Parts: sequence; C-alpha cells; structure tokens
Amino acid sequence: MRDTRRTERIAFALLFLATIVIVAPVGIILFIVLWHGLPGLSLEFIFSMPREGMRAGGIFPAIIGTLVLTIMTAVFSIPVGILAAIYLNEYAGKNWLTRMVEMAIINLAGIPSIVYGLFGLGLFVAFLNFGTSILAGSLTLAIMTLPVIITATREALNAVPQAFREVSFSLGASRWQTVRGVVLKNAIPGILTGAILGLSRAAGETAPILFTAAAFYLPQLPQSVFDQCMALPYHIYVLSTQVPNVSPKIQYGTVLVLVLMVFMLNIMAAFIRAKFRKRKTW
Amino acid sequence: MVKIKTSNLNVWFDWEIALKNITLDVSENEILGIIGPSNSGKTTLLRTLNRLNELYPGSRVEGKAELDGKDIFTEVDILSLRKRVGIVFALPLPLPLSIFDNIAYGPRLHGIKKNNSLSEIVEKSLKDAALWDEVKDRLQESAFKLSGGQQQRLCIARTLAVEPEVVLYDEPCSGLDPISTLKIEEAMKKLKSNYTQILVTNNVKQSARVSDRTAFFLMGELIEVGITAEIYTAPKDKRTDDYISGRFG
Repeated sequence: MRDTRRTERIAFALLFLATIVIVAPVGIILFIVLWHGLPGLSLEFIFSMPREGMRAGGIFPAIIGTLVLTIMTAVFSIPVGILAAIYLNEYAGKNWLTRMVEMAIINLAGIPSIVYGLFGLGLFVAFLNFGTSILAGSLTLAIMTLPVIITATREALNAVPQAFREVSFSLGASRWQTVRGVVLKNAIPGILTGAILGLSRAAGETAPILFTAAAFYLPQLPQSVFDQCMALPYHIYVLSTQVPNVSPKIQYGTVLVLVLMVFMLNIMAAFIRAKFRKRKTW
Repeated sequence: MVKIKTSNLNVWFDWEIALKNITLDVSENEILGIIGPSNSGKTTLLRTLNRLNELYPGSRVEGKAELDGKDIFTEVDILSLRKRVGIVFALPLPLPLSIFDNIAYGPRLHGIKKNNSLSEIVEKSLKDAALWDEVKDRLQESAFKLSGGQQQRLCIARTLAVEPEVVLYDEPCSGLDPISTLKIEEAMKKLKSNYTQILVTNNVKQSARVSDRTAFFLMGELIEVGITAEIYTAPKDKRTDDYISGRFG
C-alpha cells in the first residue's frame, strides 16, 4: 500500500514538473516583454513613422507591413490549402501518388523557414521578376503556411463522422453535394482555427521575408504589392542587431506589439473553436 | 412483379468473401425479412443493392443485381439508384440539423427548393414514418433532441422523403425499446402498399411479425428463402431450424 502511494506521489510530481517546464518559459517571456515594453507603448508609437534612424518615433510602417503580408498570405494560402485538403481527403483514392503527396506535405512542414526564404528569392523575386516585394514575400509565406493549413483542414475533415457522409450518399447525393452539405459545414470551425494558427506563425516569421519582402527602413508606406515593406519581425531583428543605441523601450515595445498581434490571432482561433464546440451536438 | 433480382452475386472485401453466389428475388410491395447471425452478409447485401459498399476501396462485386430488370452496376446511374433504393441504418443517424432540415436534405439535393413543397414533403414523410404527431410543433429543433426511437423514425422519414421505390432496413430496431420497435413495424406494414421493403434483423421474431417471406443467411450464403410461415414452422434446412429455435452456436 505504502509503495503504491509513494509511486503515485512521484508520478504526480514528475508530471507536474513537466507541465511547469512548458508553461514557465511562456510566462517568463510574456512577463519580460510586458515589463519592458508597456512603458514604450503609446498611440504615437503605434501610429507614427520612425525618426532619427529608428531610435525614436513609432513603428507604424512595420505594423502595416506585417498586416498586409499576413492578409495576403491568407488570401493565397487559405483557399488553395482548403481545396487541396478536400481533394486529398474526400476525392483522391488511396494510391501511391496520393501517398507521395501526403509524404511531401509532411516533409514540407519540416523544412526550415530560411529555406523557404531562399526558395522565394529564387522563384518569386528573381525568376518571376516580382522583385523584393510584398507580393513575393506573401507568396513565400503562403507556401510555408500551406502544409499547416492542409494538415489542419484534413484533421477537421476526418473529425466529421463517416456516418454523416454515408447518410448523404445513401440519399443520392453526389460527392460535392456531400462535401458541401454535411462535411464542410461541420468541419469549418476546425478548418478556420487551423488556418488562423498557421497564419499567426507566418505573421511572426523573419527568415522567409528576409530576402523577399522586408526593407531595412522606408520613409513612406508601400504603395502597391510590388513595393517592399517593413515588417515587425524583421524590424525587431534590425533594432536589436543593426542599429546601435536603440532604447530598450522601443525594442521591447516593438516585440510587445508583434506578440500582441499574434496573440490576438490565437485568441480569435480559440474563440471560434469554443463557440462552435458549444453548438456541436453529436 | 419482380422488383429486385440478384443472380450469382459475389461480394469481396479485399481478399475476404462476404457474399457467396446469392440468387434472390424480391417482389414489388413485398417485405422480405433477412435473418442470420452476425457476419453472415446480411448488411453487405443491403449495401450492395444501393452500391454504398463502393465507398470502401477494396470492395469488389461479381455477378448480377437488377432493379426493374436493369443491371444496377451498368445500366442504372449510381446517384439515381441510391435515390430509388433508400436505406435505414442500424443506428439512428440524424444529421446535425433541425428535424425539418434532416428530412428536407434529400429533396433539396434533388433540386426541390420551394418552401411550401418542402413543407408538404416533410409532413407527408413524417406521417408515413408515424412521427408527425410527436414532432409537428417542434420541426425547427435539433434532431438530436429526439429520443432514440424517434430519431430512427426520423431517419425512415428522411429516406422516404426522396420518394424511393425500395427501402432497405439494416437492423433498424437494434437499439430501440419494444414500443418504438412496434411503431416502426407498424409503419413498415402501412408502407407496403407503396414500397418494396427488405428488413435485415437480428431479432428472429421481428421477421416473423412483419415479413411476407424470410431468407436465412449464414456465413455469406443464402441457406433458404420462403414464405415466412413456412420458414418458421417447417424449414427445409436443419441449420435454419437450429437458428430459429435458438440452438445455434
């Protein structure tokens, strides 16, 4: 008896410790960023251009750049990702070709982001001649995000009970009618959450935009998708390594803004999930 | 008149044979009961008749099955076949929709859009499935709020809503209480005038109560088929006798 209780206590302690090890870094990072960043945060910081070699003023162009990049990444990657996942899950047979595609998607998800950056440089910037631009950067980010969206969408599709599809087919529905009528309808919350989480990762990436979109400093906002733009992750890199004597208030303030933007996306995803879970009835 | 006819029908799943040489007729407006232990191929036969098995890669069919004299694998379009040959599954499977939308799902697939035509279909189907009086005031509620027995009658109504000619029942009462079972059996008897029905059941007595003829399946083979009264009183095969009298396995 005594032994069982002791093992139980040790197991509990170990599991608890493991959880702390995961939670603690997040908490510490958030605390440091908030502690140093909050004093620098103001409307002026968010809505004005940088001044004095980025040592003063705000980070408005970087915020806009990250917003535009993220939105365009969404436009490129979400429709393609969802359609590809629907094809793979609901239409394609199980043969060597689909298995290859599946393998490719899994491996794509594991490729380091700098490789995507170089790929984007080669394909979009140089070969397709988009130049270093918002277009090239968001296409690169989109390609990096695709495997995440495809995987998340397939999981959401798989979570819809097979029985629903059978009911639909048994009433004479075509494949597309079944996908639209019972599958997508019940998979959309999962798809949306996955897509948003994929995007939130893209929003914070530096390497893929390093050679494809990001500018060190621009005196004005981008005018078209063929312009370069400033972006928060790259701006943080610049402020912390390329520009001497930047006050920590500005450095941490910028980090805080990026963390908050990504956080907002994640909260949105959690919110959607929670809202639909309540409605889920099977 | 013969409605459904199979001749030398074999069905495989991968390399395992599930139905062996089934030759069987079902007449119009008849209720054919199919009894037999689990794994005897009863469900597979139903799912072959509306080609639902084909959703599984690895299923393979040999031999013939006809609906109104037309080969269902080559001469009938698969979507219209499934509309003409409806199925009610073993577990009640409402879609995550309202009661109304569950029944309107099928008609909408086939292009019926007008609200008053849909309402008519919903009312008629629910009446045919003996559920109308219980749900007429709550058609917009989620189908999941219904009891198991009501859900299964909802599924019957949903099948009837696309105006099939044949209705297949795959152990429709296996999870239901005796009263719900009775209601479903009565509905089936009333539907006789308009539909050809095949009832697969694990409950030997159920087939005796509702079917005109009864077929006994064992290990993928059709052992015998005949007028229900004769099968139950004087079966030709000893195995049928053993199964019906409960001396089996």
